[in-house]
Amino acid sequence: MEGRIHSTESFGTVDGPGVRFVIFFQGCPMRCRYCHNPDTWQPGAGHPETAESLLEAYRRNAAFYQNGGITCTGGEPMLQMPFLTELFTRAKAEGIHTCLDTSGICYAPENAEAVRKLLSVTDLVMLDLKHIREDAHRALTGHTNRNILQFAALISECGVPLWIRHVLVPGLTDAEEDLEALGFFIGGLKTLKALDVLPYHDMGKQKYAALGLPYPLPDTAPATAEEAAGAKQTVLRGIKKRLLCDNKSSRK
Amino acid sequence: MFRQYAQEWDGFVQGKWSDHSVDVRDFISKNYTPYDGDESFLEGPTEATKQLWAQVTELSAKEREAGGVLDMDTKIISTVTSHGPGYLNKELEKIVGLQTDKPFKRALQPFGGIRMAQQACKEYGYEVDPEVVEIFTKYRKTHNQGVFDAYTPEMRLARKSAILTGLPDAYGRGRIIGDYRRVALYGIDRLIEDKEHQKANDYARMTSRNIQLREELSEQIRALGELRELGRIYGFDISQPAKNAQEAVQWLYFGYLAAVKEQNGAAMSLGRTSTFLDIFIQRDLDRGIITEKEAQELIDHFIMKLRMVRFARTPEYNALFSGDPTWVTESIGGVSVDGQHMVTKNSFRYLNTLNNLGTAPEPNMTVLWSKKLPLNFKRFCAKMSIKSSSIQYENDDLMRVNHGDDYAIACCVSSMRVGKEMQFFGARANLAKCLLYAINGGVDEVMKIQVGPKYRPVEGDYLDYDDVMDKYDQMMEWLAGLYVNTLNIIHYMHDKYCYERLQMALHDREVKRYFATGIAGLSVVADSLSAIKYAKVKCIRDENGIVVDYETAGDYPKYGNDDDRVDQIAVDIVRRFMNKIRKHHTYRESIPTMSILTITSNVVYGKKTGNTPDGRKHGVPLAPGANPMHGRDTHGAVASLSSVSKLPFRHAQDGISNTFSIIPDALGKSQTVFSGDLDLDALRQEAADEAE
Repeated sequence: MEGRIHSTESFGTVDGPGVRFVIFFQGCPMRCRYCHNPDTWQPGAGHPETAESLLEAYRRNAAFYQNGGITCTGGEPMLQMPFLTELFTRAKAEGIHTCLDTSGICYAPENAEAVRKLLSVTDLVMLDLKHIREDAHRALTGHTNRNILQFAALISECGVPLWIRHVLVPGLTDAEEDLEALGFFIGGLKTLKALDVLPYHDMGKQKYAALGLPYPLPDTAPATAEEAAGAKQTVLRGIKKRLLCDNKSSRK
Repeated sequence: MFRQYAQEWDGFVQGKWSDHSVDVRDFISKNYTPYDGDESFLEGPTEATKQLWAQVTELSAKEREAGGVLDMDTKIISTVTSHGPGYLNKELEKIVGLQTDKPFKRALQPFGGIRMAQQACKEYGYEVDPEVVEIFTKYRKTHNQGVFDAYTPEMRLARKSAILTGLPDAYGRGRIIGDYRRVALYGIDRLIEDKEHQKANDYARMTSRNIQLREELSEQIRALGELRELGRIYGFDISQPAKNAQEAVQWLYFGYLAAVKEQNGAAMSLGRTSTFLDIFIQRDLDRGIITEKEAQELIDHFIMKLRMVRFARTPEYNALFSGDPTWVTESIGGVSVDGQHMVTKNSFRYLNTLNNLGTAPEPNMTVLWSKKLPLNFKRFCAKMSIKSSSIQYENDDLMRVNHGDDYAIACCVSSMRVGKEMQFFGARANLAKCLLYAINGGVDEVMKIQVGPKYRPVEGDYLDYDDVMDKYDQMMEWLAGLYVNTLNIIHYMHDKYCYERLQMALHDREVKRYFATGIAGLSVVADSLSAIKYAKVKCIRDENGIVVDYETAGDYPKYGNDDDRVDQIAVDIVRRFMNKIRKHHTYRESIPTMSILTITSNVVYGKKTGNTPDGRKHGVPLAPGANPMHGRDTHGAVASLSSVSKLPFRHAQDGISNTFSIIPDALGKSQTVFSGDLDLDALRQEAADEAE
């Protein structure tokens, strides 16, 4: 089986634990307005790779990845679910730590079995929750978040460790009550291990220009590290609320 | 051999080093204390350190304002004893000694070449005393003049076109590391005794080789006497071993100072001193006569002196080396041959000077990296690298095989056993230009004249891989021969007119010599050949039929992406050129080696190299060292490093360098700002506490 791959990065240090071999999958159904990789949108573009060719590239430099592993990101890796599952299945068999960086957009109750199979060979999911409110999510990405939130629950149910990522975009995703609501939701996920609030940056501008696309957020200033840190505290507050809530209900 | 045991050695474990012969390695292995802890024991700067460093900073600023040079000596020829004592602030300095009588005053060192010395002065508005000029033009020949007396027309032309470039024919060759530790461990008297012993034995037959050696030993003994005198000028008697840590640092520094007073070498490296000095510091700490604060102060003051080393050099020289580097390389860490790491507290103290005195390129702190280094030290190195960008790393596991566990790095990558091995620095041959010569039948693409042999140039519009490789192989054959012969002349003359008597006095008698050639432009060559092989490269000729540009259609694998199709071309070129070097006679039974290391000169070489088939334009810098060309390694650092690491060390034993820049954020996430582990149970507890 072949997958369509945008590119690989041999020295990934911010996409999961340790030094990682990062595979950028080609194709994404989401159109997040702050996306900085529009060149990965178009499905079928990129170049073909087999699971073996990717694993071979990994094995050649395995010494570097002792505390890391493979991260599949994109694009949206779950758009190529059979290939992704084959890759992770083979990687797991070799004892390689597998990490899936996804938006969860490809999950639907109809394909829950296939997703469970994928999760059974996934060591870590980094789930990027774009927005907690349905209407805002639609406005931001063009899609509903209903399935995505269900997917989060499924990951937790399957016992797969979960990191939540959230990009802080001034004016779009930084409302206090939304952040707290996000926290309240993820506080209910039993396998939650980390929370990463990333400040929005506009380094993707050049890529849009190169592709002849208008930049969707021409007037939005990048968020600062301090703002991201502050937002994280708000999300944490939401998480605590939820934990407290669950505590009480479990005592009843 | 030594006539008597020195009482200064009390407290040290005795051995071969104390009752047999000069053997610093034996002393270290019997006496050092490995340290596995972290950096929490380290101390900050003392008031004296802060005050002295403020003074140095101010002088540096003044030096910059003055256009790069604060003061120059134009009359007194620099020798070990040429200048009276000089100080920053005698009351505060724990370690003393300057190259001249004033800080930042550059010494006059004409033995490498009087014209270079004159030029250096002139550029900064000074003039060398006419009498000195007369002496060094009329009565005393210099290295530079000797070389040019012997050069062939072909050598001059190759030098002019810069296919051979950066040759040490007008300046000091450097790259020799005196074992300055010997001064501290043995004192001058024992070292002279040892040298007298060496001279008294052997040499019945007066061959030119033995005559040369006898003369050199006499020079070495004389230089040691001068070094003892240098100590006296500063009020110290260094005839005996150092009896405490302060003396050990001071004696060692005097040895180094004498070397830089005598030689303006391209690289004047320090050696491997931190673990050696730790033994003296540890003895004082154990005896309770020094505190950690005082120990750090000694090291801070010592490093401060190393940062103040200055030479008189011309702007061209500075352009070649992108600045005014002295390459005071200090090798830190490493692992012993029996598998024990050699990190001591003093390894930490040396790196801690980057905290106490701030970041600086000199001395060039080089960590001899091994998988077996203790984790705490590795962490500290990483931390200091992120903070200072000032640490160089070299592969100890690779070099230990050839050089054992008491080698050090000269300049940036050249490894040698301290006091037992030296090298003849050979700058480099520009292999990218050589490829263009192959295409143009020896005609220089910039000067448009015949420089190389008049072989058949490439015919037709498109480059054919086999045809180009065939021609390139022949052109490299020519270049290797010319290069080695040119270096033979240079080193013969350097030994004759600018011999490093003091540095060689701090070596054994039987020295292993490396003949260190080098290459530049490797990644341009690999990519060019890959383009010819995997894409279509069209020649563009000028009105005289010289190929001056190329049009490349299609994509091709590029060096730096862990792609064997092109990486193996680079490997082949390295092996091929080294094997051609090996065919030739090298001066003084030296062993030929090669480096791939142009860390800074690549900019100047690029200016002198025309358009290349990989699409690089005339004037664009070559990549530094063995680096891939800028921007062509598109698969991340590991893939890039992987390509470099395929280059065979046995064919590039003088070192392979890779310059690596990365913004700290790309090295991982700061725990405090973004990513963070979440402990749900702890959060639950926190939430419950807050709710109450």
